[in-house]
Amino acid sequence: MRVSTWLVWGAVAFFLVNLFGLVLAVVVNSFSVEWFGTWWPNGLTTSWYVTAWRELDLLEVLVVTVQVALAVVVLSVLIGVPTAYALARRTFPGKRLVTVLFLLPILLPPMTYGIPLATVLYKFDLAGGIAGVIIANLVPSVPFVVLTMTPFIEQIDPKIEAAARMCGARTSAVFTRVLAPLLVPGILAASILVLVRTVGMFELTFLTAGPGSQTLVVSLYEAMFSAGIRAQQAVDAMAVIYTGSMLVLLVVALRFVNPTQLVTRLKEPA
Amino acid sequence: MAERGVDRVLWLLVPGVVFVVALFAYPVLYGLQLSFQPEEGGGVLANYERFFADPYLRDTIWITLRLAVPAALINVLASIPIAYRMRGRFRGKRLLTTILVVPITLGTVLTAEGLINYLGPVGWFNKILMGIGLTDEPVRLVHNYWGVLFSLIITGFPFAFLLILSYLSGIDPTLEQAAATLGADRRRRFRYITLPLLAPGLAITFCLTFVLAFSVFPSAYLVGLPQGETRVISIAAYESAFRDTDYPLGSAIAMIMAVVMLVVVGLVLLWRSTLYRGATGGKG
Amino acid sequence: MSENFAELRIERVRREFGDHVALAELELTIKGGEFVALLGPSGCGKSTALNCLAGLLPLSGGQILVDGKRIDTLPPERRGFGMVFQNYALFPHMSVHRNVAFGLSMRGIGRAERTRRADEALRLVRLSDHAHKFPAQLSGGQQQRVAIARAIVLEPRLVLMDEPLSNLDAALRLEMRTEIRRLHQSLGLTTVYVTHDQEEALALADRLVVLRDGVVQQVGSPEEVYAHPANRYVAGFMGYRNMIPATVSDVDEEVVTVAAGRSVLHGVNRDGLTAGSAAVVAMRPSDVTVGEGENALRAEVEIVEYHGREQAVQARLPDGTALHVRTGSRLAPGDTVSLTVPADRVLVFAEEHPPGEES
Ligand SMILES: Nc1ncnc2c1ncn2[C@@H]1O[C@H](COP(=O)(O)OP(=O)(O)OP(=O)(O)O)[C@@H](O)[C@H]1O
Ligand SMILES: [Mg+2]
Repeated sequence: MRVSTWLVWGAVAFFLVNLFGLVLAVVVNSFSVEWFGTWWPNGLTTSWYVTAWRELDLLEVLVVTVQVALAVVVLSVLIGVPTAYALARRTFPGKRLVTVLFLLPILLPPMTYGIPLATVLYKFDLAGGIAGVIIANLVPSVPFVVLTMTPFIEQIDPKIEAAARMCGARTSAVFTRVLAPLLVPGILAASILVLVRTVGMFELTFLTAGPGSQTLVVSLYEAMFSAGIRAQQAVDAMAVIYTGSMLVLLVVALRFVNPTQLVTRLKEPA
Repeated sequence: MAERGVDRVLWLLVPGVVFVVALFAYPVLYGLQLSFQPEEGGGVLANYERFFADPYLRDTIWITLRLAVPAALINVLASIPIAYRMRGRFRGKRLLTTILVVPITLGTVLTAEGLINYLGPVGWFNKILMGIGLTDEPVRLVHNYWGVLFSLIITGFPFAFLLILSYLSGIDPTLEQAAATLGADRRRRFRYITLPLLAPGLAITFCLTFVLAFSVFPSAYLVGLPQGETRVISIAAYESAFRDTDYPLGSAIAMIMAVVMLVVVGLVLLWRSTLYRGATGGKG
Repeated sequence: MSENFAELRIERVRREFGDHVALAELELTIKGGEFVALLGPSGCGKSTALNCLAGLLPLSGGQILVDGKRIDTLPPERRGFGMVFQNYALFPHMSVHRNVAFGLSMRGIGRAERTRRADEALRLVRLSDHAHKFPAQLSGGQQQRVAIARAIVLEPRLVLMDEPLSNLDAALRLEMRTEIRRLHQSLGLTTVYVTHDQEEALALADRLVVLRDGVVQQVGSPEEVYAHPANRYVAGFMGYRNMIPATVSDVDEEVVTVAAGRSVLHGVNRDGLTAGSAAVVAMRPSDVTVGEGENALRAEVEIVEYHGREQAVQARLPDGTALHVRTGSRLAPGDTVSLTVPADRVLVFAEEHPPGEES
């Protein structure tokens, strides 16, 4: 093998080994009775998970997280897919402007629109509850669905819709019988990516959530930020739970989304 | 009008457009307008003048760029050779891809806890370094610049890698084979065929990775020195708006952030326009 | 299921894309049961015409009437036409059987009836064995036949076909051509068939419509168009490959005498030419024979292609014009030969465009 190949795989291995050590350190700590300065903790326990569950209201936080994530997925698909359809199938004056408008929320750091958005939401009394969190998370999610679905719809031959019409299908039948089944894989892929993004989205939730409407990331952050009050092991236990659930989501996602076809879909052989 | 494709289908745009206008464009314009109404009086531009006059605020731009530019560059540049070797089919490709993508699931807090536990003064990493005699004292790798940079690499690399792998897979492999039959060696095939076709994808990936790094916020608190060398611009914006409840100043800083971000995107697009212009080689 | 109509009238139908006129004032009347072919080179507006007829493209002007009732305002699904698309446009997520039955279920036909008619249509196109496969599992020719079955299962009052054979290989194309003709004869469905292949059009159609740049050049039976092309453009499309510039020296009713390639030729006056006018002489390669006689041209053989029993020869006239000849005699490059053409096979057209304007 060539030297450069060895270098690349060596670097990958170094990265992965350290990453593994990093994750292992957290997992071990979350099970440790006490661990300070030694190679291995003196004694293992599962009690920190119980503590995390009880003291940090984990159940409530998980319920909120699921509610927010599902609402964001459903709404962003409902709003985003029709927009993507129109953008994929039609050219019209001002199309570039509309495209840029959908690109900006993805290209700008969440903080830049999050602060004014939170200000506006507080002004209209929408922030501080689940509704506010959902609205804020929709801002990058809807454009994300639009931008991933547009190329997906473009690759569906418009002649197929024309063929359905020539068979006598009305607009509603074209949509339910022909278009919808063809869109399902794309919608599924976009939904899962939105789900992962929303569960992991810190800034927007942080800026708009109040007590009782925090998602898992935010309450994790608060728990760690106010460390000292809580044992580090309990925070670690919570972080392990978070990563565990994200991992499940990711594995499910990879079953539906081929990671190598995230942005470019190879044409299916005719 | 119908002849030009302006028809009922365009009604489908309405919900989406109303949504971005109401929840993105309006708040941003509201924030822009708010940023010109300083709390503490002064001219229209007082907030901006204050930002650029006060080194404690002004320097946050450089602090953030000093983190975000290297992080984005490392993530993109490291992804290229790895992704390049992972095109095509081979056994264990799916497993390797999954392992490389797993850091997406870690989240800021586990990464931060991990960095503190693992790279901290009494963590395994320093223990090993001292064990093999590379250093006598523990190396400080967290609660400073390096901690935040590592955190940005761990969370940003999987995104960059996935995107670049995806763009690379979209390039027709027969193009490289054609170049090989014309006598181009490995290096020149990459330089003259793959790289130009990948350039648009690289530009997009760099922009998206850069946004992630430039937005750095929680990890700057958790594994950095939030009042010192990792006082990034998000912290300045957040603290002004919500700790000091100076919304106009917070909005002004948010606007400055947006401008810096758009300047970087502009520069990347400029770089891209000096290279091959055309399709990404994707979309069949 | 729809009643066959007596006539479909297309009146001054126009279609523009921006300021490009893709179809200019199309006038055509199609009788029930007729097989009409729209013929022309790529980009001449054939698909545009077909899509306007189908309702898939809004008209820029004109109207379409079926037995006196306007239909151009109806959406495609309410016109009751069937269409076979160039790239088939099969529904990839439905089996062959469900593809074919789709139109029936759109018309609210019951399951039993639906299955029976879909089976029948699949039998007609000889695909009964593949009913449960998906389009991706079929060969090109099979997909083609599914597309045809899907269009004819409704027994539409008009079947539109857009170059349905253009993606097939030569042998399959011939076979499917016969198949389409057979289906048309057994079902009697009125058909509009788009193609750029003159042979296909001549073989299939009752009537040809030759289009050029969106403008109709000639409408007529295959015999008429083949033997009496209306202008030099149609002649070129119908196999008159030799187009030689000439000057008219004498006119005697139908017979003109022209000077072409430093020789004197007699031919048929197609454009009411008068002595002295600039003209174009059109000849089919197969009408030119090697040998001495009446109506002769001298030429030097330049390129010889072997085509089995015949040779395709390109020769050059003394003035430098190229001449294409098909002949059984063995010739070699460099030979000087004498070529003759029967005067009734030489068509003389007016020189419409100054040389070089033609694109
Ligand atoms: N959507 C469109 N926008 C602009 N111009 C168009 C459009 N569709 C067709 N045209 C133009 O109209 C003219 C006729 O196109 P049409 O598709 O009818 O050609 P065609 O005769 O079917 O050709 P082919 O044999 O290649 O299919 C062409 O010059 C084409 O460029
Ligand atoms: Mg066409």
